Parts: sequence; structure tokens; C-alpha cells
Amino acid sequence: MNAALSRALRHRSFAIGAVLTLLLLLAASLSLVWTPWSPYEIDMAAKLQAPGAQHWLGTDPFGRDIVSLLLVGARNSILVGVIAVSIGLGVGTLLGLLAAARRGWVEEAIMRLADFTFAFPAILSAIMLTAVFGAGIVNSIIAIGVFNIPTFARVTRASANAIWSREFVLAARACGKGPWRITFDHVLPNILSALIVQATIQFALAILAEAALSYLGLGTQPPQPSWGRMLAEAQTLLFQAPLLAVFPGIAIALAVLGLNLLGDGLRDLMDPRLARKR
Amino acid sequence: MGLFLFKRLMTLLATLAGASVVVFLVLEILPGNAAQMLMGPDASPEAVQALTIKLGLNLPPMQRYWQWISALLVGDMGMSSAYSSPVLDLVLERLAVTVPLAVIAMALTTAMALSAGIYAAARHNRLGDTGLMGLTQIGIAVPNFWFAILLILLFSVHLQWFSAGGFPGWDEGFAPALKSLLLPALSLAVVQAAILARITRSAVLEVLREDFVRTARAKGLSQRATLWGHVLRNAMIPVLTVMGLQFANLLAGTIVVENVFYLPGLGRLIFQAISNRDLIVVRNCVLLLAAMVIAVNFVVDVLYAVIDPRVKASDI
Repeated sequence: MNAALSRALRHRSFAIGAVLTLLLLLAASLSLVWTPWSPYEIDMAAKLQAPGAQHWLGTDPFGRDIVSLLLVGARNSILVGVIAVSIGLGVGTLLGLLAAARRGWVEEAIMRLADFTFAFPAILSAIMLTAVFGAGIVNSIIAIGVFNIPTFARVTRASANAIWSREFVLAARACGKGPWRITFDHVLPNILSALIVQATIQFALAILAEAALSYLGLGTQPPQPSWGRMLAEAQTLLFQAPLLAVFPGIAIALAVLGLNLLGDGLRDLMDPRLARKR
Repeated sequence: MGLFLFKRLMTLLATLAGASVVVFLVLEILPGNAAQMLMGPDASPEAVQALTIKLGLNLPPMQRYWQWISALLVGDMGMSSAYSSPVLDLVLERLAVTVPLAVIAMALTTAMALSAGIYAAARHNRLGDTGLMGLTQIGIAVPNFWFAILLILLFSVHLQWFSAGGFPGWDEGFAPALKSLLLPALSLAVVQAAILARITRSAVLEVLREDFVRTARAKGLSQRATLWGHVLRNAMIPVLTVMGLQFANLLAGTIVVENVFYLPGLGRLIFQAISNRDLIVVRNCVLLLAAMVIAVNFVVDVLYAVIDPRVKASDI
């Protein structure tokens, strides 16, 4: 355990990614119990203040503290990411396992369905849902989640197919185990690492997608703070307060960078052959 | 090759038909009463009823779907309720911005990614490789709309070389129109190029380890000649796959970037249509964008077969 941990910490991508992801999680957790100022309270007397001792990163056009908005924004990004990835992971993994276990027309049908879902990027799905039900965080979660399904289905099916061709699966079949017993007893535990790596990468993509949707006004709605919305508001004040457009972007980029590096690191650590190839 | 093309074409048509069914179900059936949605909650029942009949919403769903598709096949997208003009005219006008934007972005992506990826692979594990790959990690993490805002801050607010947004139109001359698309295209391209550069580097490195490359070098071929003559063609398969997916991402990305730069493209049209509750425009534009994504994937599939004869051989 200690050897694995020290090997992980020596891996540069993993270490940087883990630190950045931990910071993101800490920021989100901290916002549950404490923020320097209320992120919802409007104080027009304090609007557009430059970074200083009172407001470390300044204030927005409504006088709200930028640090507080960023902290609560982290929480929203994580919320959307976790639920959207869970939707993709849950449904996509089941479909991928089914495709690998049944093969034949079931596999073909599931994979064609996955190809088909790629025709609707998260933004297009969100636009359709918004046109019908109105903008909101729930619709953006559904749109991002649905777009995650084919990715997980493909990764699961590819990894599961490789496991199905192994000798120990043949032995399990010879012992009389059925396809579903084999899937859950042998295939799923062996593809978990690939799924964890993919989940990390999809989490990063979900944060980017949520930010884009909120920027367009299709995601998180006011007064709930969101990094994407902060950028949309900052864009109208580029000439007066250019820094407003910098901080939320840095927050998004660091969160995504951290998760991507963590995913890369996990992949290398779980499959050292890949690391050597790179 | 003929059978391969036929099979791919059938898949393309089936996917297009499936996409149209999804768009119809989500935008026409899911809302319940689309006429009520178009007119808003305050509309009188009589007005809603009149619009229901006018739009043919009282007809059975199958009949409505067929009417929509058969009209689409002859180029009739219906009338926009907000603009009071044919949707096709609006779409064609907006495509004149979105398509060049996506094409310029893809060209920039390809140029930056291939040169960076090949350069990094040729200097594997040296400073140039490490530095470039570090940069691509940052590039992947940066949201394109934030990068767009940073470009506006630098080139429009500080240096004042470009306008912060807007599109003068192609009638005002090629150069000013192209200039107004440069920053949006660059903001779309940088993020995509970062991803593609990593794929290119991995693909080139993979091929460089193949036996035929060693044989080519042993026969006296220079590194440059081996790279350009043998390695690149073989490394193109994964690169093309990602490029196909990226063009789809670029099209989706144009929706966001057009809003950052206030470009009158398809993305902004969809947004204006949503706020105007112009469902007919939303329905046709969403299907058009999905169809473009599907068509790009079809072209990539066909290109595989052209580049790698094993693809079509295994498919027939």
C-alpha cells in the first residue's frame, strides 16, 4: 500500500492532478460551511472593487465578493459533474456490459445507438431541452449525462470484450456460470480501473460543458453562482473591469487541468505499459 | 469499395432518420401542446386552438412527422413565426458565417496540431516534446469561450487590432469579413489543436516503432523521408478519427463562440429562436447541426477506406 502510494506521488501528472483536484474539492466543501462574504447579497456600494484586503479578488457589478462566488461556483460545478458522470457511468456501463455479454445483434444495436447519440453534442441536447422545458441546472445535467452514456458504453464494451476472451472467463463458463454471473463476478471488477480513469476525464469534460451552458444562460440560473455565468457577466464589463473575466476562467482551467492530469496519472499507474509507450 | 460505400451510406441515412425522429419527439411531442408553448401561458384558449389548427398540430403525430420530412426533402423548412420569413432563407444566410468559421477553425487546428504533434514525436522525451505536451495539457483545460474572451481582452481592448465582435457581412469585402472571423476561429482552434497534437504525437510514435520503419531506415532512407513518406500516412488513421469527432465539436463550439463574438451564425439564430419561442426554427436548425455532425462522421469513415485499404477489405 505504502509502495503504491509513494509510486503514485512520484508520478508527476498524478501528483499535480491530485493536488489540484483536492483543492477543488476543498473549495467546494469549504463553501458549504464558510464563505468570506455572502455570495447572494447584493451591495451596490461595493460594486466593481479592485482586489484588496477586504475583497481578496474584488467584487462583481452587484458588489458580490468574487472569492465567495468562486467557492460556491466550485460546488455547483462538482454537483453537475458528479450527477452527469453518474448518469453516463450507470447507463453506459450497463449497456457496454450487455453488448459484450450478448454480442451479435444486441452488441451491434447498442453500438449503433451509441454512434447515433454522438450526433447530439451536449450543447445541442441542452438547446432542445431548454426550448421545451426552459433553462435550468437539471436540464443541463440531463444533457451532459446523456452525452456521457455512449462514451462509457464504448469504453466498457471494448474493455469487457478483452476480458471475455481471457482463460479465467472460459474456466468460469466451464464451471457453469451464466453470462450475468461472469459479467458481475469477473468482467466488471477487471474493467473498473478503465472506468475510473474514463470517469475522471468525463468529469473534467462535464465541468467544461456546464460552464459553457451556464455562460450561454442554459445552465445554472441566477442567483446561484456559476463560473460560466460569472464569465458571461464579466464579458459585458471587459473595458471597465477586465480582471472579472480572468478569475472564473482560471478556476475552470485549473479544475479541468487537475482532473485531466489525475486521469492521465491514474491510467499510467494502473497500466504501466501505457506509460512506457508514451 | 462499392459495397463499402453502400453500407456506409445506408448507415448514414438510418442515422439521419433516427436523428429526425429524436428531434421531432423532443420538440413536438414532449412539450404536450406546442401551440400553447409558442404563444405563452397568457394566450387565450381560442388563440391557442387557432394556432394549433394553423400549424397542423391537431393532426396525428405520424402525419405531422411525415409532413415535416417530406417538406424538408424539397427544401421547405417552413416559416419562422418570429421573423415572418422562410426558415431556409434564414438558415442559408447564417450558414454563410458558421460554415466558413468552422472551416477556418478546422484548418488552423490541423495546421497547428500536425506540426506540433510531429515536432514533439520527432523530439520524443526531449525539452521540445515535454514543453509542447505541457502546453497542450493547458490548452485542453481552457474553455474555448474563456480563451475567446482573453483574445478580445488582448487584441480588441488592449491592442485594438480587431473589433470585439460583430460581422460586417461578405458584401463589405472579403478581407474585413475574414478578419472578423479570425479571432473566433482561433479561439475554437487552439483547444481542439491541443487535443489533436497529443493524438498525432502518440500515433506517430506508435508507427515509428513498427518494423517497416526500421527496414526503411536500414535501407538508407533519411529520417525526414521516412517520416513524410511512410510514418505519416500510417499514423493518419487515429488522427482522422479524432479530426472527425473534432469537427463535430467545432460545430457545437461555434454555437458558444458565435455568442461570445456576436456573430450572426446558426448558433445565434438558435438562441434567438429559443428566446422568441420560435420552435420551427429551433427544430430545423438542431436537425441541421446534427445532420452536419453525422455527415462529417460519414466522410471520415470513407476517408479511412481511402487511407487504409484494410478497412474496406475487412468490411466487405
